[in-house]
Amino acid sequence: MFASCADPETLSGLSWLWCYLTTGKHLAFYGAFGTVLLLLAVTAPVALAFGFGGAVAARSRIAPLSWLGRAYIAVVRGVPDIAFFLFFVIALDQGIEWLRHKAKCPDWDQPIRQGSDFVVCAEAKMPLSTSAQWVHEVYGFWLAVFTFALVFGAFAANVLYGAMRAVPQAQIETAEAYGMTRRQVFRRITVPQMWVYALPGLSNLWMVLIKASPLLFLLGVEDIVYWARELGSTKTPQFTAYPHGDWRMWYFLFLLVFYLAFTRISEIVLDRIMLRLSHGQATLGSHKRTGPIGMNKAGPP
Amino acid sequence: MSCYDTLMEYGLRSLGYGERLLPRSDFTLCQQVVLIGSGMIWNVYFGVVALLSGFALATALAVGKASRSAWFRKPAQWVIFLFRGSPLFIQFFFAYFLFLSLKGQVPAFDALTSAWLGAAVVLFFNTAAYSGEIFYGALQSVPKGEVEAADAYGLSGWSKFRRVVWPTTLRLAWPAYTNEAIFLFHATTLVFFSGFPASRQQGDALYYASYFADKTFNPFVPYPILAGYFILLTLVVIGVMGLIGRRLNRHLPDAAGARRRGGFRTIFR
Repeated sequence: MFASCADPETLSGLSWLWCYLTTGKHLAFYGAFGTVLLLLAVTAPVALAFGFGGAVAARSRIAPLSWLGRAYIAVVRGVPDIAFFLFFVIALDQGIEWLRHKAKCPDWDQPIRQGSDFVVCAEAKMPLSTSAQWVHEVYGFWLAVFTFALVFGAFAANVLYGAMRAVPQAQIETAEAYGMTRRQVFRRITVPQMWVYALPGLSNLWMVLIKASPLLFLLGVEDIVYWARELGSTKTPQFTAYPHGDWRMWYFLFLLVFYLAFTRISEIVLDRIMLRLSHGQATLGSHKRTGPIGMNKAGPP
Repeated sequence: MSCYDTLMEYGLRSLGYGERLLPRSDFTLCQQVVLIGSGMIWNVYFGVVALLSGFALATALAVGKASRSAWFRKPAQWVIFLFRGSPLFIQFFFAYFLFLSLKGQVPAFDALTSAWLGAAVVLFFNTAAYSGEIFYGALQSVPKGEVEAADAYGLSGWSKFRRVVWPTTLRLAWPAYTNEAIFLFHATTLVFFSGFPASRQQGDALYYASYFADKTFNPFVPYPILAGYFILLTLVVIGVMGLIGRRLNRHLPDAAGARRRGGFRTIFR
């Protein structure tokens, strides 16, 4: 990419390293960090929305809805998250294609499942086999976002469910005494009040979400783990201008340091937010979070 | 072939006994249930080994972190920070490649590159760090009155720790520690997806579940089977930890009832 890098064989020492670290593939590696950050930025609010929906459903007075909400929370929390990732990446894909198949090819008479094959008509393929590479990548990314949101939504639902119940009963009763309906109480009292109770759990969840982000690799997205394995493996002079031995250990050490820095910074920021929000609030949360790494953990490690 | 035959052939497949070839076509429900169940042996193995060995280090880390001497406090803080601040998935990858290059220099490290030892070592440190932080938190919340009472009885040093501080710490930490145990068992599914090779296709439950999902292109059978096994395992963990918790609290009034409800709340909360 730089003029001085035109002939790598003449380079040595730091200039070799500089040219090595700025090859096209390395730039893709650095770009993959952007993908991870984007995934986190998009997933967090979506997961929160799922969590809100789950918590409201679990609290519902309509029994089937309440069972549904509780089952969502219990099942997702009871099964390893990685199993969900592996499951949804195929299941969602097949589900979407099945729906499109039903809608677009109504006169198709063969069965969709033929032994070990899943056959839908060409128009129902998602994305279409004619579409560009970037469409496939964007589609894969959105499947990943949805899967992450679904799994972490259950954890968020658990936190928000607890937070809604932690709102002091006296406040609810006061609101009722003012003649508010159930719906008004929920909107005007419960929801605004619950956040301070939810924050320790949610910040913990954010940490767990950060630490789950390398699982993107299992969803087939070309993320940092993919590139670290790819770039670090032994390169022979036949295939690259920059031959080297097995450097995967160093690449993963770099990822380790990246994640340590990321979680540490998140923690400092979240502690500040907590301090600010709990100013003047007589909750245990305002004093409880001590120690450099935070106290509790309520998610998959 | 009856289901009993399948059980005989594949029941211990994950350990290398029985039929070597995995089924390649005409997959039956029985085969999937048996093989995924066979893989659960590895999940239970990793979980139990890491939990039992990690408990000792976790206690040491908690005491170290609470220590007034920087010589004990700093290393404990760093171990906890390193293993809690980074993803387990990356730790597995890094450890595997580290062991691989160590093996290149010292052949004695050979065993560490196979999953049964290498992954167990990583899980040991990981769970020790998480549990260490839990125990540390509990250690900080041991009621002052109990420590003063111990002083009044003339207990000091080791005997005070062993007879008063440590049991109370465990009692306080137990619900959170139960959670950690559950998530540790869940985390064992990462092993064979993170560098550590499954030699001769001897993998864990998720390894076989994804094998079936790839071969049949139908995720709706193997993954629910896996989920069923894990929910069962989770219930067993809650049950066992609940029994221990009850024993820890046996001198307290109404301990039995409270612990039983507490135990279930950790997951169905």
